[in-house]
Amino acid sequence: MSKTAQITVSVNGEKYIEDVPVRMNLADFLRTKLGLTGTHVGCEHGVCGACTLFLDGRTARSCLTLAVQADGTEIITIEGFESEKNASDLIKNFHQGNALQCGYCTPGMLASSIEYIEQGNPADRQKVKEYISGNYCRCTGYQAIVDAICTTIEERQN
Amino acid sequence: MKAPDFSYEKPNSLSDVLNLLSDDNLECQLLAGGQSLMPMMNFRMASPGTLVDLSGISELSVINVTDDAIEIGAMIRYYELQSHESIKKHCPLITKVLPYVAHAAIRNRGTIGGSIGLSDPAAELPAVLLCLDAKIEITSQNGVRLEPASSFFKSIYETACETDELITKIILPKAQTGQLFGFHEIARRHGDYAMAGVCIAQDADLTRRVAFFGVSSSAIRAFGVEKILSGVSELSENIILDAQNSLDEIEFEGDMNAGPEAKKHIAKIVLARALKEMK
Repeated sequence: MSKTAQITVSVNGEKYIEDVPVRMNLADFLRTKLGLTGTHVGCEHGVCGACTLFLDGRTARSCLTLAVQADGTEIITIEGFESEKNASDLIKNFHQGNALQCGYCTPGMLASSIEYIEQGNPADRQKVKEYISGNYCRCTGYQAIVDAICTTIEERQN
Repeated sequence: MKAPDFSYEKPNSLSDVLNLLSDDNLECQLLAGGQSLMPMMNFRMASPGTLVDLSGISELSVINVTDDAIEIGAMIRYYELQSHESIKKHCPLITKVLPYVAHAAIRNRGTIGGSIGLSDPAAELPAVLLCLDAKIEITSQNGVRLEPASSFFKSIYETACETDELITKIILPKAQTGQLFGFHEIARRHGDYAMAGVCIAQDADLTRRVAFFGVSSSAIRAFGVEKILSGVSELSENIILDAQNSLDEIEFEGDMNAGPEAKKHIAKIVLARALKEMK
C-alpha cells in the first residue's frame, strides 16, 4: 500500500530519480518537480491536447498519465523537440506562418505534428486535420498550423 | 481537477492481480490505459481505494491467431490493433472502426480491455464486439470463464465482469469469405464520442447483425432492424426505410451532445449510410 513512489525517468535525454505522490499526474510532475513548464495543462481530462508529449516514442496525454506510470520510460517534452526530435524546421515554419498566437496549444500541437510527420504521412490537408483533431487551438490558428505541417513535409521531401 | 487520493499497486503476475481484487477492503480499480479512468478520477466521478496498474502483466499484451479466431489480450492498445497485420486480415471491421476511436494520442495509450470493461455507451468497440458475436475471457481466483458479448454489456459502466474478476482476452471470430462489414458514426469533431453510430456484420447467407452505440445506456443490438434486413439481397430504399422505422424498439437516451429525439434521427441516418457503404 503506497501513496508515494520513487520513479526513474529519462526526460529529454536526462535521467531523473524522484519521489512522487502516486496521485500526481505526469504533467504536474514535469512542471513542478522538474521545472519543465513547457508542457501545458489545459482541460485535465484528455480533451484539449495541450499536455501532449512523447512517452516511449509515442504521443500521450500527460494529464491522463500518472507520474508513477512513467517509471522506467523515456519522455520527450517541447523542451527537447529540437534536440531529440530534430524539429527545428517545423518550429521555424510554425513561427514564420503564424501557426501560433497565444502559444498555449503549441507544445501539444507540435507533439502531434512531429508524430504525424515521423510516421511518413503525406502533406495532405485532410489527413493532417484528422491527425491534429485531438488538439484544440482557441486562437483560430488551425489553417496556419496545417500549412506549417504540410510545408515542413514538402521541404523535407525536396 | 486532480485525482483524489488512492494507493497504487503494480503487480507483476496475474495471480497477484487476482489476489488484490479478491480483497474487498482494498476497493480496487483496475488501471489499463487510463484514458477514460483518469478523466473520471480527475472529475471525482471515480475514487478507487487502490489503483491496480496492469501494465506489468505481459501475458495481457499478446495477440494470438488460432484456426478460427483472433484472441486479443486485454492490454493491447488501440495503436497496436491498428497496425497489426492479422487484425487487418481477419477483423476488417476493427480496422475500419479504429481511426474513429478518439485521437492519436489517446489511441497510443487506450486498451481494448479498458474500453470493454468500462462499457461507455458511446464507445465504438462494445458495438463491434456485439455485431461480431465476440466472446470475452474473464479470469478470477475461481478460474476462467467465457462470456458472450451479447450478455456482457449490462448498462452504462456496468458489465458482466464482477469486482473480483479481470478481463483477460477478447476473442473475435475470424471474418469468413462472403462476410461484409459496415460502420458509420456522426460526431461533432473527428475522434470525439459519437452522437450515434452503428456497426453491421453481414454473413454470406445474408443474416445481418446490427449494433448501435451512443444511443442508449450501453451498446445495443437492434434485433428488429436485423429481422427486416435478414435474407434481403437488394437493399432498396423501401427496405432501408422499414429498417429505420423499426428503430422505435430502442429506448433512446440523451447525453450532453443530443436529446433522445435527435439521437433517434441521427441513428436512422448512420444506419442508412452504413448499409450503403457495406464492403
